[in-house]
Amino acid sequence: MATLENLKYTKSHEWVLENADGTVTVGLTDYAQQELGDLVFVNLPAAGDDVTAGEPLGDVESVKAVSDVFCPVSGVVAEVNEELLDAPQLINEQPYEAWLIKVESVSGSEELLSAAEYEAFIAQGE
Amino acid sequence: MQLIFEKSRQGRGSVLLPACDVPEVALPEELQREEALRLPELSETEISRHYTALAKRAHGVNDGFYPLGSCTMKYNPRIDEEMAALPGFTGIHPLQPADTVLGCKQVLDTAKQYLCEATGMDDITFQPAAGAHGEFTGLLLMKAYHEANGDFNRKKIIIPDAAHGTNPASAVMAGFTVVTIPSNEHGCVDLDALRASVGEDTAGLMLTNPNTVGIFDPNILEITEIIHQAGGLNYYDGANFNAIMGVVRPGDMGFDVVHLNLHKTFATPHGGGGPGSGPVACKAILAPYLPASAIQNGQDGTEGRLQLKAFYGNFLVVLKAMTYMLTLGAEGIRNACEGAVLNANYMMHGLKDVYPVAYAGDHCMHEFVLTLEELKKETGVSALDVAKSLIDHDIHPPTMYFPLIVHEALMFEPTETESRETLDEAIAVMRQLYQMACENGEEMHHAPHHAQIKRPDEVLAARQPVLRYQWEQA
Amino acid sequence: MGHYIPSTREEQQAMLSAIGAESPAAFFADVPESVLLKEPLNLPSGKSELEVRREVEGMSRLNKVFGTVLRGAGAYQHYIPSIVKYITSKEEFVTAYTPYQAEMSQGILQSIFEYQTMICELTGMDASNASMYDGASAAAEAVAMCRDRKRSVALVSATTHPDVVATIRTYCYGAGFEMRMVPEKDGRTDMEALAEAVTSDVCCFYVQQPNFYGNFEDCTALGEVVHNGGAKYIMGCNPMALALMKTPAACGADIAVGEGQPLGMPLAYGGPYLGFMAATSAMTRKLPGRIVGETKDADGNRAYVLTLQAREQHIRREKASSNVCSNQALCALTAAVYMSTMGPEGVKQAAGQSMSKAHYFADLLAAVPGVTVQNQGAWFHEFVTTLPVPAEKVLDALAEKDILGGLPVKDGVLWCVTEVVSKAQLDKAAAIIREVCAACN
Repeated sequence: MATLENLKYTKSHEWVLENADGTVTVGLTDYAQQELGDLVFVNLPAAGDDVTAGEPLGDVESVKAVSDVFCPVSGVVAEVNEELLDAPQLINEQPYEAWLIKVESVSGSEELLSAAEYEAFIAQGE
Repeated sequence: MQLIFEKSRQGRGSVLLPACDVPEVALPEELQREEALRLPELSETEISRHYTALAKRAHGVNDGFYPLGSCTMKYNPRIDEEMAALPGFTGIHPLQPADTVLGCKQVLDTAKQYLCEATGMDDITFQPAAGAHGEFTGLLLMKAYHEANGDFNRKKIIIPDAAHGTNPASAVMAGFTVVTIPSNEHGCVDLDALRASVGEDTAGLMLTNPNTVGIFDPNILEITEIIHQAGGLNYYDGANFNAIMGVVRPGDMGFDVVHLNLHKTFATPHGGGGPGSGPVACKAILAPYLPASAIQNGQDGTEGRLQLKAFYGNFLVVLKAMTYMLTLGAEGIRNACEGAVLNANYMMHGLKDVYPVAYAGDHCMHEFVLTLEELKKETGVSALDVAKSLIDHDIHPPTMYFPLIVHEALMFEPTETESRETLDEAIAVMRQLYQMACENGEEMHHAPHHAQIKRPDEVLAARQPVLRYQWEQA
Repeated sequence: MGHYIPSTREEQQAMLSAIGAESPAAFFADVPESVLLKEPLNLPSGKSELEVRREVEGMSRLNKVFGTVLRGAGAYQHYIPSIVKYITSKEEFVTAYTPYQAEMSQGILQSIFEYQTMICELTGMDASNASMYDGASAAAEAVAMCRDRKRSVALVSATTHPDVVATIRTYCYGAGFEMRMVPEKDGRTDMEALAEAVTSDVCCFYVQQPNFYGNFEDCTALGEVVHNGGAKYIMGCNPMALALMKTPAACGADIAVGEGQPLGMPLAYGGPYLGFMAATSAMTRKLPGRIVGETKDADGNRAYVLTLQAREQHIRREKASSNVCSNQALCALTAAVYMSTMGPEGVKQAAGQSMSKAHYFADLLAAVPGVTVQNQGAWFHEFVTTLPVPAEKVLDALAEKDILGGLPVKDGVLWCVTEVVSKAQLDKAAAIIREVCAACN
């Protein structure tokens, strides 16, 4: 399982990148994609939708399961990674490249972990 | 094998209709179809062989053992099919005058008499076309009842976590929110959790009993009483009715409304996924809200009774079930139930020393659930691998990975229409597969080996959906 | 020996002994004593097959099968080629369950894939599901596909079949959303009223083509009005008429549904019938129910599977948008065999003859003094007449001669003629009507 030092993580296995312009990019961790297996579809919000920290922002589907993706921060969806709608496998292939949404007007956040803390959290669970 | 479109040759076909004996009328040009209609063009011989070939690549109850849990794959009597093919039924228009459909009415009345007596209910509708459709109907009756009493805040339906997936989906379609309660260590309703979840917002409870792990909930009377005390109604999911018919009745256990799956319990065929029939029986307090057909009542549909589909339901399916019930009669209905429960216990007994039974007790009802969690840990062979291996033995796999509260679940429902030899053979095959898993599990990951196809790539199918045949560009 | 139970009583006793139980009562130990049935159900005893046959055949004889049917209104008598019944009676098709296990269900899966393709061809739409319960419930499920957070009101044309209206209304009532009717004008949807009705809270508009009175609507123009208002457009189509008329896809529909009964299913007192449903590619993932897709197996061979299952109730549970888990597979098979047997020319012929004969009959009736045909413009195989006498008198006279006349509706009688009715039968029916009308004047 891989993590990146420059990202922060949630206990529900999303990663968060705090951009210089104040926006936040959200994706699914390598651990999450391994656990979910081959993804076949993603349901994402639309740009302009409000999102709330700790609430589902959308979900990801594998062949026989569907899992909520929780939003690590509150704010407004600035951009959605449309590429994933046609190629959900990018999340499996490059989880830290295949971002889901960018959030602007960020107003709050879930508890976020560092890479080391997240790795420890996973190790504890297993 | 080729698709029927790939066998098509322009100009082939049969002469089926006489020439038109009146002046021909055509549509005005602006309303006419512009595209070519690319339906198959084949001789009758070719059509017959095409579908015979497809039939050979299907597995029905008549092809072999089909212990698909929760689906009650019992034998479908031929007499029922023959009666449903009588021209005196198939040739009846749904909007004929009442005095010309007395036979249809007698069929529905007879089916009503049998099903109301067997469930302990007062009235019934045959309009729902399937179990899930019946659930939706029953929930709407509950909603209409509460609203008629001025109880607009009863918005919550309580559903155990072991329930069929249709239960919560139906509740949401009927405008309710779902309160999921956990199962206790016996796989039954946790009474404390139930008590904690009821209140003035409780619309009711949805429950199948025996539940999806094949256990009859011994606290059933307390459960239904807790709901009634809170002002809610009790909905009985009749998917497992084969386990109790003739022995105990939902109406006596405190249930107010029940749907039945005629295509499970009452032996009508599943037809590869339908048509089924999901009649809803209820106590007198709910009868005023039962659905009807607007056109039959001369209405325009904008007001009046609830309606779930056109006309009165899947009549021919009800007719098959009625024929089955006439055949069985009072004692036969009970015998079928006892036979189903005996067969399930016999099979469980033959397997439980090698495959652990989920929520094991001394006995089960009409079905039981094995958990292959340990086997998977030790050998890497999963429930899926075992299920797929059964295909090589011409046994239809049991229901896999359900209920969700059991890991690596395999749910067997043998039904009463299987002989002891069939059960013995299936037990032997399952035990053989256990041995194989322990000794040479690797091979099972690729099972089946001798079926129509090898394992299909479901990820590819979902990522790049191909849902129709595409003609090559001319 | 019991009904359909192979084990004899002795064998059952041996099985009980093998598992250490004395009697079946042991298995019901968890059932509270107070509710265990002490007496058999209050029902007749079981019967032999011969007795049952006599009884059920006796019931069938209480029905009246009319030699000539001039009634439609949602159930249509068309010719069913002989082979259709034989193929759809094959036990492998009849006794199988939903094809969960693709490795032993390729025949069922392929037949559904072929059906889906035929529905796409008929409607011009991009994707079809494996079928729905019937046309009315398909219409109601189509409405649910169109709802989102901002738009939830469903518009339905007043020219729609009453059972379809009532079914959509019921589904809307369940989900807690509003249905509004768009009024009719001269037997067709009032286009101006529709334009006003498509407000920013409207999610969709449903129109039936041809409509309840048999009239063809201007579906292209209706579609433009609906889309201009930002709503989705659902067309409920007669599949037989689709062989001749502009497809829903060409009219701009987002979803096409309909009652598939005309495609090889008997009248059967209202069911089982077949709901078909197809959508544009943009809405494919919102389709409820089963869908079959093509893929490859581990050896690289073409194979078929149930796909896009993560939309469905068994996975999404309370988050699923529909609870549908079955389809009408055997009815879908019936429709596919019917369409294959008739072929493109045969289906067009059946549709064309129905339309021609209905117009011939309408002309005969229009010539009867006092009878007016209400339909103006283009219509298919149903039409409404006023009568100079109470409808009952005409219908009774027809019934005496083994003819099921049209359906009484609010402004007269709704007639239907299909290809199975001959010119001679129509001439005879018209003569009876003329006689009754003359006698009463």
